[in-house]
Amino acid sequence: MNRSALTRRALLMRSLALGCSAAASPLLTPVTLAAAPWDHRLVVIILRGAMDGLDVVQPYGDPDFAASRPKLKFGEAAGAADLDGFFSLHPALSSLAGLWQKGELGFAHAVSTPYRDKRSHFDGQDLLEAGTGFDLGAAHVRDGWLNRMLQAVPGVSAETAFAIGRDELLVLGGPAPVSSWSPDARLSLSPQAQKLVEMVAQNDPLFRDAVGEAIHIAESLETGANMQAMAEPGDAEAMREQMMEATRGKTHLKVADFAVSRLLGETRIAAFSINGWDTHNNQANTLKPPLTQLAETILALKQGLGPVWSQTTVLAMTEFGRTARENGTGGTDHGTGGAMVMAGGAVRGGKVWADWPGLSEAELYQGRDLRPTTDVRAYAASAMRGLFGLDRSVLETAVFPGLDMGGIGQIIL
Amino acid sequence: MTFDPKLAEIRFGTGLSPVRAAPASTDGMLRRLQGPDAMAARHPIPRFETLIPALTEFFEQSRLLRQKRGSEEAKAAQKRIRALRKAGRENQQLYLNATLRRAAGTEDGLRERLTRFWADHFTVKGKQGILIFSAATYVEEAIRPHLTGSFAALLKSAVTHPMMLAYLDQVNSAGPTSAKVKKQGGGLNENLAREVMELHTLGVGADYSQADVRQLAELFTGLSYDPRKGFLFRPFFAEPGAESVLGQEYGGGQPALADVHAVLDDLARHPATARHIATKLATHFVADTPEPALVDHIAAAFHDSGGDLMATYGALLDHPAAWDPRLGKARQPFDFVAATLRALDVPGKQIEALGPKDTGLYLALPMQVMGQSWEAPVGPDGWPEAEADWITPQGMAGRIQWAMMVPGLLRPELPDPRAFVDTALGGTASDTLRFAASAAETRAVGIGLVLISPEFQRR
Repeated sequence: MNRSALTRRALLMRSLALGCSAAASPLLTPVTLAAAPWDHRLVVIILRGAMDGLDVVQPYGDPDFAASRPKLKFGEAAGAADLDGFFSLHPALSSLAGLWQKGELGFAHAVSTPYRDKRSHFDGQDLLEAGTGFDLGAAHVRDGWLNRMLQAVPGVSAETAFAIGRDELLVLGGPAPVSSWSPDARLSLSPQAQKLVEMVAQNDPLFRDAVGEAIHIAESLETGANMQAMAEPGDAEAMREQMMEATRGKTHLKVADFAVSRLLGETRIAAFSINGWDTHNNQANTLKPPLTQLAETILALKQGLGPVWSQTTVLAMTEFGRTARENGTGGTDHGTGGAMVMAGGAVRGGKVWADWPGLSEAELYQGRDLRPTTDVRAYAASAMRGLFGLDRSVLETAVFPGLDMGGIGQIIL
Repeated sequence: MTFDPKLAEIRFGTGLSPVRAAPASTDGMLRRLQGPDAMAARHPIPRFETLIPALTEFFEQSRLLRQKRGSEEAKAAQKRIRALRKAGRENQQLYLNATLRRAAGTEDGLRERLTRFWADHFTVKGKQGILIFSAATYVEEAIRPHLTGSFAALLKSAVTHPMMLAYLDQVNSAGPTSAKVKKQGGGLNENLAREVMELHTLGVGADYSQADVRQLAELFTGLSYDPRKGFLFRPFFAEPGAESVLGQEYGGGQPALADVHAVLDDLARHPATARHIATKLATHFVADTPEPALVDHIAAAFHDSGGDLMATYGALLDHPAAWDPRLGKARQPFDFVAATLRALDVPGKQIEALGPKDTGLYLALPMQVMGQSWEAPVGPDGWPEAEADWITPQGMAGRIQWAMMVPGLLRPELPDPRAFVDTALGGTASDTLRFAASAAETRAVGIGLVLISPEFQRR
């Protein structure tokens, strides 16, 4: 059980909690309001459930593709727009065609983390977010790669990085201070009640930090357009209103809007999840909703960020790809190589980055999956190098220990 | 570190109650668990099989809608489908309401906790139609009646249940050389087979391979479900010939459900399964990182008894680590809401009177803001265990808002916070909390402070 997902997750999350403590609680330390260390913005979206890269960025020019997908339509037959004469784009992303034309949308293909063979979503996601610990029997990883990046640069405050939404985000967990919030959360307390809340939480560090940060974030929201009418304790009607509001609107757009509001302020890194990619069944239908969410999220970020979009990079990464061949129920099963989506005004887009291995039987990984030819972490490293000026040695030893960036292209303009 | 009735209620039950008697011993806990299910009788939730008429109608109206698109008949079908969905959505809230009433009113808290534990271990989510709202009926039918038998019986019941078959895409999976594939096409789907080994039995760290997943998937072919009939074994879909899983041969004769049961029986008894289940039980009930000795003790009992669940629970309860007075776990939002209703002694009738809409607004949606969308965890691995997954800034904001605003609605005459400190915490409140509860400006704030205190949030 030394590689139990349970244990690894527990450790990672514990360090996330510790990480929140330093600068987040106004009781402990005054929150640093120093300017963020850079102007560039990085948004990391974790696509949970294993996105089928072959259906999203379809290698219609590969002579073996048609035979592996006899029922799943692709290319012209599916209404998928050609990207570069070899790949076509899933029609659920067609709203992003304008970004592709402008060079603000790109992809890396035939990529994966070094995770192999067990094809477990949960280990795959933990390792994608940890960015290290792939060797069997490796020491437990205590933080996520975005957090290790924050540890490697000076001038970081709790505002610099935000984990958004209700899902755990191990990618940001670790000793560097980060913030975390969900757009549906509200906190309205009288000054006296607030003091008492802080008091009852003070003896338990986990609660003290979470409460301190909640109060701090709620205060920062009240100064802006998110100002909530102060609800009286015992006022069930106010709860009703808040909950009615929580049911309105699309969750992924509320997350994107919240990310925008922070990225226009002190925040430089935002991370959140989009779920629902586990398309074992009837993929022609089941892949559309998460892809539509991804497209709408990217467009909401672009629209909301306005001029800041030109300094923004969005990386959407998944735990692994899916089988090259469609399965017996119109879907695909867990695979290995897949695709990463990159968007933003700072990205060298209009290009599919791929050392394409081919889809012939002999080229498939274990005779079933797209063979990964590039470590997806190398693209994330390339982005951080271009955005934040990190040295290759820092990226290869501290952020992604053991990674060889090799001849990876420069994905940032 | 020995048995303590209050700790039994907090750690292995649904929380302290001012009126319900706590168990007097671990034997008492186990005896109650094996006795009649009083809460299920008092707060009924229908079993999945009772949905068949509604599922049948949904199926037939959907077909009508497809085949006669644009006609008056199709319009009527559309209306009927909407009504069935609405009823399903309301039922989901009513089942949550009943589940909370059980937890609030029980004297057999271990049963409620084990029901939730196994429902989470065997997570299902409905993906379409009325199934989306029906996970509770699966728990009532496939999980709750099997809490005290063998793990093998529970495993077979959960894995072959229509909700599980639909959730993990087993329904249309057909053997590559089955009669179905030869005549109509289609083929294999690996999803259920992989999760049975990774999540339900052996655990991801165990020694199994992609080939084992594939073979188990072939052995599972034939497991299916029809909305008009419920569970079905379809030999037409089954892969002919024997399959080899973990080096053991299964099947080979006429395709039969018995072969699926045989492999599940063996997986249930596998030593890796014993460790996996022991680790999960210790992690869920005792500590996010349980003492290895506790896990060993439970695993040995599981293994030596051939997966007897009562023996397994007995081992969990008779180990000293189980009675460590330090509370190392955080209550999940459902457990927090349930423990609040229980501590405030909100009458079942009062909870029931909320009806579907207000159950949604005052209980289900706040739980979602606290981080737990009822019956909708992200994946088949269910809800996380680690305290830091729950005690986040956004999660605490959700807990605080709810604790300050809603109890007064559920129990209009709130108790005096200075007394409630002891009712809710059984005399373990810190001086700080006692002071805060007495210093609150209003009863609502005082009660809220007790509820959001780490002492109450932990178990």
